Amino acid sequence: MARNLTFSIFRYNPQDPASTPHTDTFVLDETNHMTLFIALNRLREEQDPGLQFDFCCRAGICGACAMVVNGRPGLACHTKTKDLPDKITLMPLPFFTLVGDLSVDTGTWFRNMAKRVESWIHTEKEFNAEALEERMSNDVAEQIYELERCIECGCCVAACGSAILRPDFLGAAGLNRIARFLLDPRDQRTRREYFDVVGNDQGIFGCMGLLACEDVCPKHLPLQDQLGMLRWKMGWAGLMNLLPWKRK
Amino acid sequence: MQTFHTDLLCIGAGLAGERVAIEAAAAGFDVICLSLVPARRSHSSAAQGGMQAALGNCAMGEGDCPDVHFEDTVKGSDWGCDQEVARLFVDSAPVAMRQLAAWGVPWNRVVPGKSTYFKGGKLFEKEEKKDKEGLITARAFGGTAKWRTCYTSDGTGHTVLYTMDNRAVQLGVDVHDKTEVLSLIHDGENCLGAVARCLKTGALRAYLARATLIATGGFGRIYRESTNAVINDGGGLIIALDTGLVPLGNMEAVQFHPTGIVPTDILVTEGCRGDGGTLLDKDMHRFMPDYEPEKAELASRDVVSRWMTHHMRQGKGVPSPYGDHLWLDIRHLGAQHLATKLREVDEICKNFLGIDPLESPIPVRPTQHYSMGGVRTNKDGAAYGLKGLFSAGEAACWDMHGFNRLGGNSLAETVVAGMIVGAKMVEFLQGHQVSYPTNVVADAAKLQQERIQRLIARSDGSENVYMVRNAMFDALMQGAGIFRNGSDLQMCLDTLQEVHQRARQIGLRSNGLGANPELAMALRLPGMVRLALCVAYGALQRTESRGSHAREDYPERNDRDWLVRTLATWQPDSELPTLNYEPASQVWHIPPGERGYGGGKIISADSKKQ
Repeated sequence: MARNLTFSIFRYNPQDPASTPHTDTFVLDETNHMTLFIALNRLREEQDPGLQFDFCCRAGICGACAMVVNGRPGLACHTKTKDLPDKITLMPLPFFTLVGDLSVDTGTWFRNMAKRVESWIHTEKEFNAEALEERMSNDVAEQIYELERCIECGCCVAACGSAILRPDFLGAAGLNRIARFLLDPRDQRTRREYFDVVGNDQGIFGCMGLLACEDVCPKHLPLQDQLGMLRWKMGWAGLMNLLPWKRK
Repeated sequence: MQTFHTDLLCIGAGLAGERVAIEAAAAGFDVICLSLVPARRSHSSAAQGGMQAALGNCAMGEGDCPDVHFEDTVKGSDWGCDQEVARLFVDSAPVAMRQLAAWGVPWNRVVPGKSTYFKGGKLFEKEEKKDKEGLITARAFGGTAKWRTCYTSDGTGHTVLYTMDNRAVQLGVDVHDKTEVLSLIHDGENCLGAVARCLKTGALRAYLARATLIATGGFGRIYRESTNAVINDGGGLIIALDTGLVPLGNMEAVQFHPTGIVPTDILVTEGCRGDGGTLLDKDMHRFMPDYEPEKAELASRDVVSRWMTHHMRQGKGVPSPYGDHLWLDIRHLGAQHLATKLREVDEICKNFLGIDPLESPIPVRPTQHYSMGGVRTNKDGAAYGLKGLFSAGEAACWDMHGFNRLGGNSLAETVVAGMIVGAKMVEFLQGHQVSYPTNVVADAAKLQQERIQRLIARSDGSENVYMVRNAMFDALMQGAGIFRNGSDLQMCLDTLQEVHQRARQIGLRSNGLGANPELAMALRLPGMVRLALCVAYGALQRTESRGSHAREDYPERNDRDWLVRTLATWQPDSELPTLNYEPASQVWHIPPGERGYGGGKIISADSKKQ
């Protein structure tokens, strides 16, 4: 039985002096295999060409289309309407700067995060084009890949109570990034150097342990484990820092 | 209007754009990348399978070397590639992979000892050598003599792009994301930068640069059904074409990938077939060995896509509400393999089709996937027609792919071309100065400002941008798909010319303020239709079949008359592109011959002399 879906969508265009934040309601007939990607594009093309939202790969790979769907952050492209009730409320991700309607600016926050955690391999070694690549065990490569799968959609930060209380919190995405480099034998940072980045309230000690991050992660990353592992490792590093003869 | 000055302007911040940016930043130049989306969402991230480079580390890649890679690439291109460029690429690819390893890509590595693998539906055994342990490993891809495709699970593009952007952050490369470029700024001789629109505020900006790179990827979104991201609308090609000076090469060479899923057209990687997946028809019969006894599912993409389409035309397709499709079967690869080597495929099947690929085959059919054509450049990446303009990656026609690119060769091209073109741009920047005449900059900006005002005021008409776009989709479906013929192409071309007229009469229905999406589409669409016209007109004129360009009325590959590259320019106010031709290659390390798959007839180049 074909349903008519009722969408309640947050609307606000900060660039339009006449616009004020409000909710618009749209009705759309549901079709087979409909996703929010299909539904939102139809709404834009058939009902309101000014409706702002972001999609890119539309395959759950790039992270562009995160929004709050019936109260829960998720990727719109892989959300099937058949899994939703016939009343669907769509809001932009909180925490990030609003661009308009359902579109937010995640790029600025994630690039700052990359700078803060120095999201690159720290090494003194110069690349030698003549030499063979350095060897690595395939198991380690697969472990790194597991954490590298973050798509920077922002769901974990948007769902994070700590991030809402303190906007400088690195969030699960930032802590996961640190965990990824800690695993990587090519990165020569010491525990102490990592501790300087995350051993504070902006990092591991800022987390209140609500752990919604892992619940909403569309890639099902083991974010809780990373937090636990970081706290454990950094706890030791912190303790060592208190012992003058162990400092390095 | 906000104006930015920089040494290098990269339009596009995917793998090719950022790789060039990194080269210039490391040499001490100021770089700004412009991107429609945050850099890490660029479509490079969606590439799953891997990158070809002849490292020869894995057992099934033993004996591989750039020569073998070169031969595969030339055959794959159906002798349409520039052989000097293909040679440059295969020689540099191994270094590029190792550099990525040093920068942080978690390549899958060789695990010594015996293991099994599937080829077609059958199980085989191989033994990896102890002395290769921990080196970068590779998987099989179509049209290759060796296992040569380096990978990280099936998220290769993602990990390489994240590593590349990490490196860009480290070197202080500036990325202005949510920015769309509307036109190049040039004085008829030098490229001086670009006019862009901020997709956060809608404001126009001018970027002035001594050198400009176009690295905006492909233009698959001129087709209704494409595996491409929604941002792949050919923006970089449009601004080049609109100069009237810079030619686009081989626009008729459009690749259809064998395994887009039905519905939604999302790609599942060639790695599925490389790792032993098979194609089945409605009777669950494995049909590819019937057509290609040697290569079967692992012939080149153009060949597999054609046989699939042919097989469905024989009534062997599986009917569905979304049209006929075939099955991709990876059930036999097993849970462990899917969990480690084909994770994205597993997620895509579960999330978008609601099926478990361990339990059920995947509905697939050939879908538009890659643009071999693009901004024509020389081997240094310098565009024809304007000094200071360069191009790299899918946006460019560099031209190592000719009329069909091999799987794994385009992702590798982004970083290899980025490395080579980046070094050439550094040389260029070291010796090149320009001046920015204020009137040239102001006129370029004013032109875009007026376009926007006219669209908002509906000064040119009230055509609905989405209806016009749909008319473009319909026209291309009619003539410029997998199989082509003269009468359908002529109809397609006639319709597209009407669509082009309508595209000039678009008027907005919304107010156009801020990051208005209707305005963005209205600004882009006329250029997209011009790209479609380049595809259709080039295809109509090319009376032969080569690689992905398959003419039912001219089934032979005609080396006598068509061993050439199409060059399309657009003269101001004309209705059609102007087509010129140049030799496909200046050097012929491998003279035109048989590909060894595909089975087409060839009209020999020698027959001219007789």
